[in-house]
Amino acid sequence: MIKKRYPRLFSLLSSLGVTLLLSGCDFVLFDPKGQVGVEEKSLIITAVLLMLIVVIPVIAMTILFAWRYRASNKNATYTPDWSHSNKIEIVVWTVPVLIIAVLGYITWESTHALDPRQPIVSDQPQMTIQVVSLDWKWVFIYPEQGIATVNELAFPANIPVRFEVTSGTVMNSFFIPQLGSQIYAMAGMKNTLHLIADEPGVYRGLSANYSGHGFSGMKFNATVTSQEKFNEWVQEVKQSPTALDSDKYASLEKASFNNPIERFSSVTPNFYDVIVEKYTHASGTHAHSHSKGKE
Amino acid sequence: MFGKLTLDAVPYHEPIVMITLAMVGVLGLALVGALTFYKKWQWLWSEWFTSVDHKKIGIMYIIVAMIMLLRGFADAIMMRAQLAVASAGSEGFLPPHHYDQIFTAHGVIMIFFMAMPFMVGLMNIVVPLQIGARDVAFPFLNSLSFWLFVVGVALINISLGVGEFAQTGWLAYPPLSGIEYSPGVGVDYWIWSLQISGLGTLLTGVNFFATILKMRAPGMTLMKMPVFTWTALCTNILILAAFPVLTVTLALLTFDRYLGTHFFTNDLGGNQMMYVNLIWIWGHPEVYILILPAFGIFSEVVATFTKKKLFGYTSLVWATAVITILSFVVWLHHFFTMGSGASVNAFFGIATMIISIPTGVKIFNWLFTMYRGRIEFSTPIIWTIGFLITFTIGGMTGVLLAVPGADFVLHNSLFLIAHFHNVIIGGVVFGYLAGFVYWFPKAFGFKLNEKLGRIAAYLWISGFFVAFVPLYLLGFMGMTRRLNNYDNPAWTPLLAIALVGAFIVGAAILFQLLQLYVSIRDRDQNRDLTGDPWGGRTLEWSTSSPPPFYNFAKVPEVKELDAFWEMKKDGSADHIPAKYEKIHMPKNASEGLIISAFSLVFGFAMIWHIWWLAIVSTIGMLATFIARSYNTDVDYYVPAEEVAAIENKHIQAKQASQA
Repeated sequence: MIKKRYPRLFSLLSSLGVTLLLSGCDFVLFDPKGQVGVEEKSLIITAVLLMLIVVIPVIAMTILFAWRYRASNKNATYTPDWSHSNKIEIVVWTVPVLIIAVLGYITWESTHALDPRQPIVSDQPQMTIQVVSLDWKWVFIYPEQGIATVNELAFPANIPVRFEVTSGTVMNSFFIPQLGSQIYAMAGMKNTLHLIADEPGVYRGLSANYSGHGFSGMKFNATVTSQEKFNEWVQEVKQSPTALDSDKYASLEKASFNNPIERFSSVTPNFYDVIVEKYTHASGTHAHSHSKGKE
Repeated sequence: MFGKLTLDAVPYHEPIVMITLAMVGVLGLALVGALTFYKKWQWLWSEWFTSVDHKKIGIMYIIVAMIMLLRGFADAIMMRAQLAVASAGSEGFLPPHHYDQIFTAHGVIMIFFMAMPFMVGLMNIVVPLQIGARDVAFPFLNSLSFWLFVVGVALINISLGVGEFAQTGWLAYPPLSGIEYSPGVGVDYWIWSLQISGLGTLLTGVNFFATILKMRAPGMTLMKMPVFTWTALCTNILILAAFPVLTVTLALLTFDRYLGTHFFTNDLGGNQMMYVNLIWIWGHPEVYILILPAFGIFSEVVATFTKKKLFGYTSLVWATAVITILSFVVWLHHFFTMGSGASVNAFFGIATMIISIPTGVKIFNWLFTMYRGRIEFSTPIIWTIGFLITFTIGGMTGVLLAVPGADFVLHNSLFLIAHFHNVIIGGVVFGYLAGFVYWFPKAFGFKLNEKLGRIAAYLWISGFFVAFVPLYLLGFMGMTRRLNNYDNPAWTPLLAIALVGAFIVGAAILFQLLQLYVSIRDRDQNRDLTGDPWGGRTLEWSTSSPPPFYNFAKVPEVKELDAFWEMKKDGSADHIPAKYEKIHMPKNASEGLIISAFSLVFGFAMIWHIWWLAIVSTIGMLATFIARSYNTDVDYYVPAEEVAAIENKHIQAKQASQA
């Protein structure tokens, strides 16, 4: 039901590699729970196996040559003036060139397929969640549901999610390792990241870019459920007595450590755009900005 | 009067800092006392501090680098210890304010104040000797470079006791490093220590670029240059091209912080992405500035200790040149996750992978130098074999990170940390330590203790793996860098193993200090009287150990690559000239030190906003500079008789040792 996003050239190699690698559930990158993460895992394994074609012989040759040509082994051939061989030169330039050519092709294809901006192909309609990093917490706005939360993320399984990511403070990186890619959150910038979860579960999320003293507390759980459970959760959030408006946002902008989960029953329309425009020329709130630009 | 500086700037409440300061204070007093007691101040001033001799400047660089290695390593141990305990609700023993300074300082110190000076120090000692020159092109400038670098070291260490250091990570990305989010003096310490020492580095680049291009011995064409000199040339080209970018980037950040401009702020049109691009346009070449000379060292070591000509000299040189150029077109791989388009990311990813081709060729060249050689397992070759295995793995993880799709989950994780320590420790540090053992007898006239050196090398190599393989695995567990505490119990065992690895590296460093102590104690048993302790191939081994201050009584004539090896073969190496000639040499100069002392005051005044002092010290710098410009008494001639006396002494000692 979900279309493969890039031709997997080395699927055979990959599946072989999986069995070689530790896949205990602690190694979340090898236990991905979403389409993007699955593709990235096989990309990692494919790339490593390709490189091992050179790496293993190099390590073996290092040990072998060091042992065989040790000074005390007088039986080994000794050619003190031999310093050039066209044959060897051809091999040592050609083999890496070929491997990098293959890896370069895979890189070109996979980078386009895994472009965070590219929507995930699915027969399910996509939902949008807007993400704002603050000192030191995450604000999640659900524009379609009209709700918002702090440090609590929830969405249904098998629904492609479009995350729109920005920052109301310094740079952060929005990252749920088990689902796949991360993307920077930057003030005045709208970044986009498409993810999907293949099965219900609770996946740890965090900031992957240091943002100050409370950075370590910028973690949250992404709770992935069935559509019904998600709808119930939305109704729960709507019971919350508080709303996310500019006053509430101003209090959220104040630095806090290990901020507890907060829920907002409603959110000012287009509030995400208001946050982004606070730091762009488009807002018009900084009329004097043009005279103070770069020299 | 004192700007932002008050007595509150001293961190009385942080016991770790205060104990460190007390220890530094006691050691410093002991040193001052010893120098006074043995009446060594005059000697220190005239033989070392004001010396323009490239060999002495090189030695001073390496001494400072080793002291800073200890400081940077102490930071590393504290970070690993913090993360081994700060789980399951515990906050560890380092609060964020302190911990964040430590990881910032660790990166800054290890790159700018350990690796860079170690590299510049080795280059200083070796390059003029390898090319048959009597000094660098601009000896006074060399002294100035060194002292400007010392100012950077001084400022970062002053920040420990007066105020604070940056809490931004070693590259101080804005807007976090801007005045709004970092109002303290930490980032200012960072800016001025890098700006002033960076100026020194840039001057070093000018100096060595001119030296290598203009001062080679007659007959030494570019393709007859020793490989280390080649890598030094490429490194200095990179310095010349990259460091001005750092200077400008720091200056723009300075304007943002001091003058209220908006180059990199969140608001009023500032662009943080511009900073990230600029800093990596400098930052990526910087890693090649560090690694290329290490490649040069391994090339020298492997040829010397396999008793064999270096395999594929020409392709090694071309590989180095290709890396030099390519290192400028890969910077974006440091931030694939910023949101660039797929084609941009893919371009930079593939460009990065292409660098692995010439690098791989180099590895094969060293391997085929070992092939059919007679490998002597002395310490430098152990470092080399350790390097070949370690660096290959680090190269592989680096190419993996160059695949944007893989980087999307590995970026900023501990996998990344493991990768760059893998190439910097496994490549740069192993290389410099190999070079240290290799050229130590040249610089000091006696060999280092072999047994202790080997133990240190084995401990370093194994300690590296115990410390960093867990970090690779933690990256796959989704652990990101710069965390102060965490609540995922699965991470704790691996972090504990990594701490053990750090202790093994600590033991390795202790063995190196012990090696230095024992070697100095037993120096008379390990004298190198021939000047050629390893059976070397290049010109630095043709003069005495340590070389006379003028390096070569007679400038050598070069006919072949491996010039000294050929001289030994055709018998001209032992040729004694019938008569010596007077030698033109530069005089010692104190102005480099004085200008730098003023720049230290200037940096400190700027950090604390003490404007009058900044003006006074600027005038001091300019006045000294002008005074130096009008000083024409900067050189002299060594009389031929003095040269003959020094040379005859060396020849007699050499003949006596060979008899």
